[in-house]
Amino acid sequence: MSFVYEKLMGGKKGLIGFIILAALILVIFPLFLDSFRLNLVGKYLTYAFAAVSLVLLWGYGGILSLGQGIFFGLGGYAMAMFLKLEASSPENTAIQSTPGIPDFMDWNQITELPWFWEPFTSFTFTVLAVLIIPAAFAYLIGAAMFKRRVGGVYFAIITQVIAVILTVLIVGQQGLTGGINGITDLRTLNGWDITSDSAKNIFYFVNCILLLAVILASRVILTSKFGRILLAVRDKEDRVRFSGYDVANFKIFVFCFAAMISAIGGAMFTLQVGFMSPSFVGIVPSIEMVIFAAVGGRMSLIGAVYGTLLINFGKTTFSESFPEMWLFLIGGLFIAVVMLFPNGLAGLWDDYGHHITHKLRFITKGVSKLIPQSMLRKVEDTRS
Amino acid sequence: MRKTSTSRLPSIMRRRFVKGLMALPAAILLSNMSLSVSAAEVNTTGLAVTDDTVTVGILHSLTGTMAISETGAQEAEKLAIKQINDMGGILGRQIEIIQEDGASDWPTFAEKSKKLLVKDKVAAVFGAWTSASRKAVLPVFEKENGLLYYPTFYEGLEQSKNVIYTGQEATQQILDGLNWVAKEKEAKTFYLIGSDYIWPRTSMKIARKHIENVLGGKVVGEEYKPLGNTQFGSVINKIRLKKPDVIYAAVVGGSNVAWFKQLKAAGITSKKQTLLTISVTEDEVLGIGGENLEGFYSIMKYFQSQDNENNKAFVKAFKEMWGEDSVIGDVTQAAYLGPWLWKAAVERAGSFDVDKVVAESEKGDIELTTAPEGYVKLHKNHHLWSKARVGQWKKDGQATVVYTSELIEPDPFPAGYQ
Amino acid sequence: MDGYTSSELVSIFAMQGFAGISLFSVLLLMALGLAIIFGQMGVINMAHGEFMAVGAYTTYFMATLTETYFPAFMPYYFVLAIVVAFFVSGLLGYLAEFALIRHLYKRPLDTLLATWGLSLIMQQSFRSLFGAREVSPTLPEWLLGSYQPTEMIDIPLNGMFVLGLTTIVTLGVYYLMFKSRWGLRVRATTQNRVMSDAVGINTKKVDRYTFALGCGIAGIAGAAFTTIASTGPTTGTLYIVDTFMVVVFGGAASLFGTIASAFSIAQAQSILEFFISGSMAKVYTLLALVLILMFKPEGLFASKVRR
Repeated sequence: MSFVYEKLMGGKKGLIGFIILAALILVIFPLFLDSFRLNLVGKYLTYAFAAVSLVLLWGYGGILSLGQGIFFGLGGYAMAMFLKLEASSPENTAIQSTPGIPDFMDWNQITELPWFWEPFTSFTFTVLAVLIIPAAFAYLIGAAMFKRRVGGVYFAIITQVIAVILTVLIVGQQGLTGGINGITDLRTLNGWDITSDSAKNIFYFVNCILLLAVILASRVILTSKFGRILLAVRDKEDRVRFSGYDVANFKIFVFCFAAMISAIGGAMFTLQVGFMSPSFVGIVPSIEMVIFAAVGGRMSLIGAVYGTLLINFGKTTFSESFPEMWLFLIGGLFIAVVMLFPNGLAGLWDDYGHHITHKLRFITKGVSKLIPQSMLRKVEDTRS
Repeated sequence: MRKTSTSRLPSIMRRRFVKGLMALPAAILLSNMSLSVSAAEVNTTGLAVTDDTVTVGILHSLTGTMAISETGAQEAEKLAIKQINDMGGILGRQIEIIQEDGASDWPTFAEKSKKLLVKDKVAAVFGAWTSASRKAVLPVFEKENGLLYYPTFYEGLEQSKNVIYTGQEATQQILDGLNWVAKEKEAKTFYLIGSDYIWPRTSMKIARKHIENVLGGKVVGEEYKPLGNTQFGSVINKIRLKKPDVIYAAVVGGSNVAWFKQLKAAGITSKKQTLLTISVTEDEVLGIGGENLEGFYSIMKYFQSQDNENNKAFVKAFKEMWGEDSVIGDVTQAAYLGPWLWKAAVERAGSFDVDKVVAESEKGDIELTTAPEGYVKLHKNHHLWSKARVGQWKKDGQATVVYTSELIEPDPFPAGYQ
Repeated sequence: MDGYTSSELVSIFAMQGFAGISLFSVLLLMALGLAIIFGQMGVINMAHGEFMAVGAYTTYFMATLTETYFPAFMPYYFVLAIVVAFFVSGLLGYLAEFALIRHLYKRPLDTLLATWGLSLIMQQSFRSLFGAREVSPTLPEWLLGSYQPTEMIDIPLNGMFVLGLTTIVTLGVYYLMFKSRWGLRVRATTQNRVMSDAVGINTKKVDRYTFALGCGIAGIAGAAFTTIASTGPTTGTLYIVDTFMVVVFGGAASLFGTIASAFSIAQAQSILEFFISGSMAKVYTLLALVLILMFKPEGLFASKVRR
């Protein structure tokens, strides 16, 4: 029980934060938002996977990846390939010169399914692929870089270049990948209409539960010995190395895990939105994902979710009324977050939240007496 | 082709158009006529229609890389809607616009189109520009049974119940231009170059088949550069080595400017080399600069310099609304047709219901004699019959139309070119 | 390669060689400013592309002014425009350093985010000021067309111009960094800030001017690029990855490395482009760079600075 309380929930504060988040996305949003807005939130929450992965990677590991879009995209594409194959049954594609293959292949004179598409007819394989392919790719990159002690800025720039390479490849090999249009027109999952409202609602809840599960899993990792070593690596890599740890392996592991999380987000995106496009793989979305994490607070898993929601809500609302203001605003926000609130929303809550609770306590003075002072002090301690 | 009966309404439209916006009595008559029909009757599917208004959506990129291209299209759509409103609207209802920004981002296009259809219940949407944005919104329109008027010339290979394509599909743009250049310039060898995405690739595929199988010519090179590429030095040298009779180009966006500037700097000008492009309209010339294009050819269905009464009125009205400096490209004109085609179909159907409007559109005899490009007719395959024109660019950024084809039947799934 | 006369092949090789050199000068000019900012100061300036765009827009603005008010001055304005572009971008860089960068020297990854925010603001400012469309300044006649040493060889004049300009700027940077007192201070600050402070160097001032200089050179690059391509609000983002690649590949703190890296990338790309169709040339070039960087993480010519 204490394991669940301390490790999984992160103590009292973590538990409260987790419950509030769960209540917000599982109860309050579905109750108060219509299905259109709820579907939008569902889409935003898929980005939150990438933001959470960046908290692990960047906030705790000190590894800034400007290529989380790569993994988001790989996960999304894996799912999209499965759905596309299902949508391209010989009956549905009878007008093509080669029925039974995706329409964009037919337009590019491809007459049989490429070998790497074949396994994606299996749903089990696809689910495994969503998890394993991005992780394996991350392992390749990570092993090559971290073993050779490429880090910091160089790592950020190299991940960015890899994102560019992948985008150019996807766009250039359009016979195999759908090119710049992406893989579109995805309608059914094992015969189940994924465009219907009921399906979207189900995906929304699946998405939320997966996200919460990912947050819990990340907490387990971070509160374990591994998490503490990761922090130590971030702060004084050499000392950890001199203490006899193989620093590279820790970094590789967290990079792979982060890739896997982002990929789940990508796959959920494909399911909810009905297409996948190379515009998620490039530099701009990858940097945006970093911003989600930064705004939420780079050290806060839950903050990353709020950061994602806040930015995307802002983007949608502002771009409806003042598309021009939006870029000024978001640009200013980036700068403000870096300069003034390096710990993001979570930091703000830590800095000013207690003023609010203090005031509340002042109002309900009698009630607050019920909370033992020692417990409060303990919470403060864990924060620093 | 013109034998099919011209409906009464388009001819009213035409007269009004030519005379300007003065014939108020006709408009009042028209609106009185239709006001008697209640909203419930013309709208059985819960669209945003009241007794005196109907709401439509405009969905283009106002920000991001595509804003450059899409500005003209949305301006033309607003102009057409304003003119229709000044005439008394559609079925006695004034058109109201909800505009959304696609932000050059395909998922945003999907999100916004869903908002327009589900939240705003718009009766029709005029929008999308790139194929990628159209592919992104297509499932939304099919699922929610919306109606999209799509203005851009594109690669074909698509025909959706919920989309009316007011630009030309690939064969309409490509074949006649190639025939012309083969005949006029006695061209035998072609060098194909385009940006690397689906529209140039599909267009080049069709061009290659036509050159090899119909014209008996030869493709001596085919090249695709990544979008946004600004270095053409090596390609230009390759072209020089192959000495093609014609360079056939479909380079888009910022690359386009770099491509023509570097061609000129490399000494490849219209004096020595015939160049035919399918991706340069008046809009692009503004960025490229007329001096870099002088003498080269574009194949389009519309040029701003076209000399006819419809076009003169259109150019005049456009400049009055959007400023003297504005230029009008092919897509801008095609976008302008959207609201008018919709109006014609709605009035025939006597209803805003998407199914009824589509059914009327699919009869294949809605025509616009008032189109700035001259005359267009909606084919039952949702595309327009239109003419192909070859324009030769001048230093001032305008083109001289040197060739006009017959009216070409749209064929989005061309046999023998797949 | 049969069917071609030897003189044709020679001229193609000559022109292809020039295409490579021309790309080299473009890459080098882009990278010089960043090499100073990133190499000397360790600041990841994601807005570097936008500072280039500032230079390009300045040139466009100057061209429009000249065309309207002093048409007779048209043949010469371009040289002046380059100088103005240097100062405008440099001034903006100075301000950016004052307002943003100086607070972030201890957090290099954060400069990346802050400058990305800055780049978004700059992009939207371009859009508000100059419109969403791409613009091109009217170029003086002497920059258009080509030079023909023989019947079959055309050497683009704008390419030669950029090459010349790059040479001048590179020599200037070399002199400033390695031969002047000021450069000595910059290098001292890079190597040991505390010691430099102790011996009386005003390191804050050095930082500010170094950053401004880097941005000013970006402005020159932007001005030069108007002869090759167009300028739009998002032009800067097109160049940023390539620019970083050149600097990182060369080894961050080495001027010679930057030159060598720009040269090898340019030659690889332009030769590949000649033999491979499509966008794969770009993929192969970048892939090769990533692979080499994995084996030589510090770049081709790493400076032997103790960190």
